[in-house]
Amino acid sequence: MRYILFEFKEGLLIAFRALRANKVRTSLTMLGIFIGITVVVLMSTAIKGIDNSFQNGISALGSDVLYIDKWAWFSNEDWWKLRNRKSIDMADYEQFKELARLPIAVAPVINSQQTVKYGERRVEGVFLNGSSADYVKTTNFTFDQGRFYNEVESNASRQVAVVGSEVSKKLFPRGDALDKTIKIGGSNFKVVGVLAEQGSFILGPWNPDNQVFIPIGSIFKNFIAQHRGTVTLNVRAANPAMVEETKAEAEGVMRKVRGLKYDEENDFSINQQEALMDNYNSVVGVIQIAGLFITGLSLFVGAIGIMNIMFVSVRERTKEIGIRKAIGAKKRTILTQFLLESSAICLLGGIAGLIAAILGSMALNQYFPTSIQPDAAIIAIGVSAITGIISGFAPAYTAAKLDPVDSLRYE
Amino acid sequence: MNIINIEHIAKIYQVGFEEVQALRDVSLRIDKNEYVAIMGPSGSGKSTLMNMLGCLDTPTKGIYEFNSVNVSDMTDNDLARIRNKEIGFVFQTFNLLPRSDALHNVELPLIYAGISYSDRRERAEKALVDVGLADRIHHKPNELSGGQRQRVAVARALVTNPSIILADEPTGNLDSKTGEEIMQLFNEIHEKGNTIILVTHEEYIAEHAARIIRLKDGLVEKDEIVSKRYIPKSKEASVS
Repeated sequence: MRYILFEFKEGLLIAFRALRANKVRTSLTMLGIFIGITVVVLMSTAIKGIDNSFQNGISALGSDVLYIDKWAWFSNEDWWKLRNRKSIDMADYEQFKELARLPIAVAPVINSQQTVKYGERRVEGVFLNGSSADYVKTTNFTFDQGRFYNEVESNASRQVAVVGSEVSKKLFPRGDALDKTIKIGGSNFKVVGVLAEQGSFILGPWNPDNQVFIPIGSIFKNFIAQHRGTVTLNVRAANPAMVEETKAEAEGVMRKVRGLKYDEENDFSINQQEALMDNYNSVVGVIQIAGLFITGLSLFVGAIGIMNIMFVSVRERTKEIGIRKAIGAKKRTILTQFLLESSAICLLGGIAGLIAAILGSMALNQYFPTSIQPDAAIIAIGVSAITGIISGFAPAYTAAKLDPVDSLRYE
Repeated sequence: MNIINIEHIAKIYQVGFEEVQALRDVSLRIDKNEYVAIMGPSGSGKSTLMNMLGCLDTPTKGIYEFNSVNVSDMTDNDLARIRNKEIGFVFQTFNLLPRSDALHNVELPLIYAGISYSDRRERAEKALVDVGLADRIHHKPNELSGGQRQRVAVARALVTNPSIILADEPTGNLDSKTGEEIMQLFNEIHEKGNTIILVTHEEYIAEHAARIIRLKDGLVEKDEIVSKRYIPKSKEASVS
């Protein structure tokens, strides 16, 4: 064991001596691995970052919430067929709420895009969410300041608003939004609550952070004529295990509410986060694998570069190998020496690549969510070491089995 | 006490479809502290014999005992160990590592012997001082003259305290004056009790040895004691 350690240490010294002797060649070969590791790590941190923010975003939607809507999130149906469905209106909501037993909360939701202003500051195209006081029960919202509007305010269609964290940040950089009066569209609303940061950028305008919440009556009063819009019913099951049952009941109740005969198709869709998740995974999963594969190719090209240069190096140093063997180097010693050489190239390139990737993802993080995992770093180092060993093995083995007599004679 | 005992060895190479008998039937013994020259025209098999003696190659037939150990059918690793510990090579073309300085070249066999850093540095330095290169320790081969390079090679051969020194045309690439200096160095090494085997085709070089073995067509033609051995005048300046 001690001898093996000794041999490893000496092999390493000899390998570094050889690498130093060929600085240009070494650094060019290293560059291949450097680029490979950099792009692979950058790619995986970006993927991880997008994934994380999507997971966070989607969990803000809640896994136990059903969305009964005129529109289906993902559907193979023709668009016009969905379009011709009858809108879901407040009367449907009232009946549904009356009849459904299983949900712990049902809230009608309608959206409108409006400009929100406070003094000189303004945010364009904010998703305005109109609902009932029960809406908050269908979410996992946490509050930075204040509260959600209550039932009294909701039923009376008061001009009160709850603002998402991003909107609040833009309008009130000093964080003093509570009780201020903001202008939505042309109307005044009093801020009764500010959400803590909820979702993530991935949901875009659907991210609660970018929304403003007001009673649904106020939306109809100010922005949308009641007979024009279609509302979505957000239905929350008692717990995730009850989702399927709640969904079955909701379908039955909804058919009744809509007055459908037994042979008529549903004229509504029950959407779920799960569907969104499945869709995300099937689309983005493929993109991720493709991305990793393509960046992985550049690492592979780097590995071929190393193998190539190691073969050249063995050929070039045939005489040296002969000398080393003549004065007592064993096969194993020569094998170790060349393997260490290629691994050292890979490891140094890999470490440099990792550092570049970390710096790169820090820089990217300004515009784009990235997430550097410690395991990604370990894998990067491991991959580069393994790359070195694999790509160095064939040349090293060639070197090790050279005949000392022949290689001494080699010129 | 025989260091080398060869009995009826033969070496057959396969070149294409033809068999080449480099050595047909060679038997010889070499004792401790002998100074032997192996001579012969090219094609006589002296290089093959030298590779065999140096454990770089194994015979096709016959027995080769080195220090009473049969090495004819040893594994590559065992042969490497014997080359490392028991044999010191000096080549015609010096065969130094071109990018390493003299000290590293000399310490290399000690690395393969598993000697610790401080130990081997000390021994390598001493070996270089012994061959008169105290002021060239950190020079690379291309910064040294031919004679100095060969001295580095001799230091490398001696540093492991081997049982034999095997020199293959050690003066072949040197002018006659430098060659003479190297031969003088060998003489001194011999006087210190080392066993030297010298392969050469030059009569006047061979006459430095005490015994000449002449090969021809893969057979020992003559094995004679040199009557008028040429002993170079010791020049104290060259060796301290």
